Amino acid sequence: MDEQVVISTQNLVKQFQVKDGAVTAIDGVTLQVRRGETYGLIGPDGAGKTTTTRVILGLLTRTSGQSSILGHDSMRDTYRIRERVGYIAQQFALPGDLTVMENVRFFARVQGVSSAEQRRRIPDLLEFAGLSGFTDRLASRLSGGMKKKLALACSLVHEPQVVLLDEPTLGVDPVSRREFWNLLGDLRRERGTTIFVCTPYMDEAERCNWVGLMYEGRLIAHDSPGKIKQMVPGRLLEFKPSDFVPAWRLVPDLPGVLEVQTYGAMLHIFVDDPDRRGREIEAALAAQGITCEGMREIETRMEEAFISLIRKQSAGASDAA
Amino acid sequence: MVKRIWTVMQKEFIQTWRDKSTLLLLLSLPMLQLFLFGYAVHMHVDHIPTVVADQSRDFASRAYVDGMVASGYFDVLLYVSNQAEVSDVIDAGDAQAGIVIPPNFAARREQGDAQVLFLVDGSDLYTSQSAYNAATAIAETHATQILLERFERSGQMAGERSFLSLDTMVRILYNPNLTDLWFVIPGMCAMILQTQTIALTAAAVVREREVGTMEQLLVTPIRPIELMLGKIVPNIVVAIINMLTVLAMGALVFGVPFRGSFWLFVWLALVYIFSGLGLGLLISTVSRNQQQAQQLNMALALVGLLLGGFMFPREVMPVGLRLVGNLFPLTYFIPISRGIITKGVGIEFLWEQVVALLVYVVLVMGLAVRVFRRRLD
Repeated sequence: MDEQVVISTQNLVKQFQVKDGAVTAIDGVTLQVRRGETYGLIGPDGAGKTTTTRVILGLLTRTSGQSSILGHDSMRDTYRIRERVGYIAQQFALPGDLTVMENVRFFARVQGVSSAEQRRRIPDLLEFAGLSGFTDRLASRLSGGMKKKLALACSLVHEPQVVLLDEPTLGVDPVSRREFWNLLGDLRRERGTTIFVCTPYMDEAERCNWVGLMYEGRLIAHDSPGKIKQMVPGRLLEFKPSDFVPAWRLVPDLPGVLEVQTYGAMLHIFVDDPDRRGREIEAALAAQGITCEGMREIETRMEEAFISLIRKQSAGASDAA
Repeated sequence: MVKRIWTVMQKEFIQTWRDKSTLLLLLSLPMLQLFLFGYAVHMHVDHIPTVVADQSRDFASRAYVDGMVASGYFDVLLYVSNQAEVSDVIDAGDAQAGIVIPPNFAARREQGDAQVLFLVDGSDLYTSQSAYNAATAIAETHATQILLERFERSGQMAGERSFLSLDTMVRILYNPNLTDLWFVIPGMCAMILQTQTIALTAAAVVREREVGTMEQLLVTPIRPIELMLGKIVPNIVVAIINMLTVLAMGALVFGVPFRGSFWLFVWLALVYIFSGLGLGLLISTVSRNQQQAQQLNMALALVGLLLGGFMFPREVMPVGLRLVGNLFPLTYFIPISRGIITKGVGIEFLWEQVVALLVYVVLVMGLAVRVFRRRLD
């Protein structure tokens, strides 16, 4: 067992029994999370992120394959895992009729943290989470962002080496999201905690060291965010056509155009040579009486890379079928 | 382990205490039930509104009607002239019993073939039973009286000796006045303990799952059995408070005596409470949400009420139904409750029920622990 690998799965499969047959939620996922890393499991809703997290934690049984945390098997060493990891479920799920302090204390006691340790740790932890001023407030009265911070504090009270966060910023405003991610950054820097986070937000994926793209139960790519973005061939042009639909129909057939994605009223176009193809596209559209506003080359972001990879995946699947 | 259970318990106590409105409801409901049973529910009925068609209007017919009224069971509401009108009044629901005395009652009584027609509204079972029993008894007393008078006049009375060859002496033990509440209160203690422990336990577990806190708790080192124990202790406390309230109010407000050993009762009640907790946990594992859990509990309460011997004697039930009744802990506890409270007997007379209850508790708790899910699927 490699000491540096904290979470690992091998050909993990999870099927749910339904009325007529079985639904495959995880379809042979193999992943590794190394110590000190922030691993982002990225994918659209229903991709199987939550199920993967739950199986790794031993909250759900697996159908086949292997999964372990810190060398402990998810199914066999369930309690040893639970003493060593922190977890925030997707639905905020701390008792709402307990105060902030009572919640943190509850989880500390349940995790067997001694009273002396509690007195030392809890004030620091609340300070860290920015909740020092709210110790007597009921958890149900906290804002969405503060609830998530409280959940983080509760999941860290036993100083776990790993935390697993399932869409921790779901339903949280952008400012609080940024704050929450800053906390995760501090956590990694100051304590070297390994962080495994599921998220549908591509901007959050950029803040991870390592990203797994999950789609329809499969891990379709995993690498550093920079490498993932390089997986998409070509460079990216962005512009706003004066007449959207005809432009969107016309552009894909032009020479040198690799892929077209829509982005609001904009078109995002992967091309082999941005300068040359940019001019050609403008000319081709002008011939149809369509003007291009703000034609420019932009950095490929996680979002475009992800859409592109998913498209290739579905195209590959339908070719095979 | 003990520390974790204690931690869960503290959390549950805080949560129970914070939810004041639910707590108030939980604590006041048994009192409400008790008052309802105490004042509204009577299984035997008196002062039945009665309509009379006295077609004789002589001293004998008047004496007969007076006898009826004097018994306290019948209140004459109205006098009419014939049987058809009596029927009309009962049809209209204004009276529930009717007496029709044919003409020449006194004369026919002398001849020994006097008849009285007594009509009872059979649509109301308890009333008609009471009316029927009372009317028959009064008529018999009346007839005996007449017989006695006749014997006396003819001088055949032989001193002090009873002229009846057989005389039944009835003595009712434990509840000499057949007071309803003496019968109801012990059963109610059993009933309240069952419904409340089941409801509280099921609600506590299902709520946790519904709100999503269950997932957060499952992923801590708390073992399911610890979580269960920690969760049910506050419910036990609430159930015991309610039981004591019902007993105290029964004794102080309604004068129901507590004849047996109080501590024996409390210990056995504790055992009984565990059966309710086990059932509650079982319900919680099969229910998806709180409504389902509540409905299941209601169904259990209703069937238990009918088959457990709370209202109807189990001895006369068909075998199948009696077996179904055996599925409810109520069935075992009602004889214990009545035995200790009303009859004042000790464990030496109750051990069969106690053993049955213990076996039941072990089975149901074992089953509950087995099916209580450690995982989410």
